[in-house]
Amino acid sequence: MAVYTDYIKEDILSILKQVNDPEVPVLNVLDLGIVRDVRMQDDGIEVVITPTYSGCPAMDVIRMEIRMRLMEHGFKNITLTTVLSPAWTTDWMTEEGKNKLLAYGIAPPHPTQVVCNIKQFQEEEAVQCPLCHSHHTRMISRFGSTACKALYQCNDCGEPFDYFKCH
Amino acid sequence: MVYQHHNESRKPGGDFSYGHLWGSSHDSALIAFTLHLADDALILGHRNSEWTGRGPVLEQDIAISNIALDLIGQARNFYQYAAGLINELSLSARSPEDQNSLFNSSDTTEDSLAYLRDSWDFKNCLLVEQPNGDWARTILRQFFFSAFQYYLYEQLQSARHAGLAAIAEKAFKETAYHLQWSSEWVIRLGDGTDESHVRMQQSLDLLWPYTGELFRPTNYELFCIREGICPDISLLKPSWDAKVLEIFAEATLAVPRNVWMQSGGKEGRHTEHLGYLLAEMQFLQRTYPGNDW
Repeated sequence: MAVYTDYIKEDILSILKQVNDPEVPVLNVLDLGIVRDVRMQDDGIEVVITPTYSGCPAMDVIRMEIRMRLMEHGFKNITLTTVLSPAWTTDWMTEEGKNKLLAYGIAPPHPTQVVCNIKQFQEEEAVQCPLCHSHHTRMISRFGSTACKALYQCNDCGEPFDYFKCH
Repeated sequence: MVYQHHNESRKPGGDFSYGHLWGSSHDSALIAFTLHLADDALILGHRNSEWTGRGPVLEQDIAISNIALDLIGQARNFYQYAAGLINELSLSARSPEDQNSLFNSSDTTEDSLAYLRDSWDFKNCLLVEQPNGDWARTILRQFFFSAFQYYLYEQLQSARHAGLAAIAEKAFKETAYHLQWSSEWVIRLGDGTDESHVRMQQSLDLLWPYTGELFRPTNYELFCIREGICPDISLLKPSWDAKVLEIFAEATLAVPRNVWMQSGGKEGRHTEHLGYLLAEMQFLQRTYPGNDW
């Protein structure tokens, strides 16, 4: 069994890095920005997470996976706390995460202050094609295979792709 | 024991259905209001999920299913919050021996609230329980409700109750997206072909009488408004009207005049459609109580 005082927050975070989003497996929970805090206690550990969307079905799997990974490393008394406020935003996604998305063929989210605040998001965004990098693309559908994505197609190379929409 | 409080509300119209059990008007109104928000989201989410696998085209099948997912997620957050309040109150109302019993400490759950209450306990507005009809009717129902939810959540974020405010803050961005999506469809169909225009106008004539209830506060809402828990929903109407008329102008749709506005859903007096919806939605838990997967 692990002695909790031997661990520091960074050790825990490196364990959490092994937990991937089951729906976008190229991203881990730190890339996504859904881990809000890790609190070490004398006899246990608390991980604070926030959901991407209210109904994201991946959250239950992610919660279980975090628990399993920590148990594999000998931790007991694991508490997972879910917070809703402040609400998750794609701005919390790491640059590394955005690069991974792009390499995976999913256009990463734009910074929200540029295009996607509530008043402005009606305007069409110029989303870059992850394959040929053209900005000459069009939206096929506002909703894609998961709540966090929209469907686009490139007008130049013809590639249909997911856009991880800013939120 | 678990559902004792539901017996209190068997009388249709007993909108303070939790007041009898716990005495405090504040607690009963807060629980009733939270359940109202949850029920609205769950019932519309369920209606939308009836389209899954049957949407007019694949992309829109996915879209309406995603909206269903968002709404059911919002409902879960509200139900979890309500269950916490109910358990806290019922625990403190128990004798010391009962309080020590592990089995009684968490009687009410999000699932028991969704699956084990009957139609008179549901506090959703009449609009959300109306059948899907064709795509036009589903779209218009979503548009009416998303526009309402948008202005409600916008205000609820700064409500005095931190728990409800956090759920609203989370749901607000999702709702904005639903409003945008449904607005585009109202315009596309209203200002589309002769056929789609007729269907939209028919849907509008059918659903309009259910929109008045959104802005008519029940007793529990009036209480919550006075306490600063809930924004004054009657004051949301000008913003909602403006949004609806703006979209209808572009969609070439006309609002019916001199219509009697229906109400009662928020107080447990529902149209016949809710019972059928619940019969399907609650089937598994009614037939195999406590079943899990």
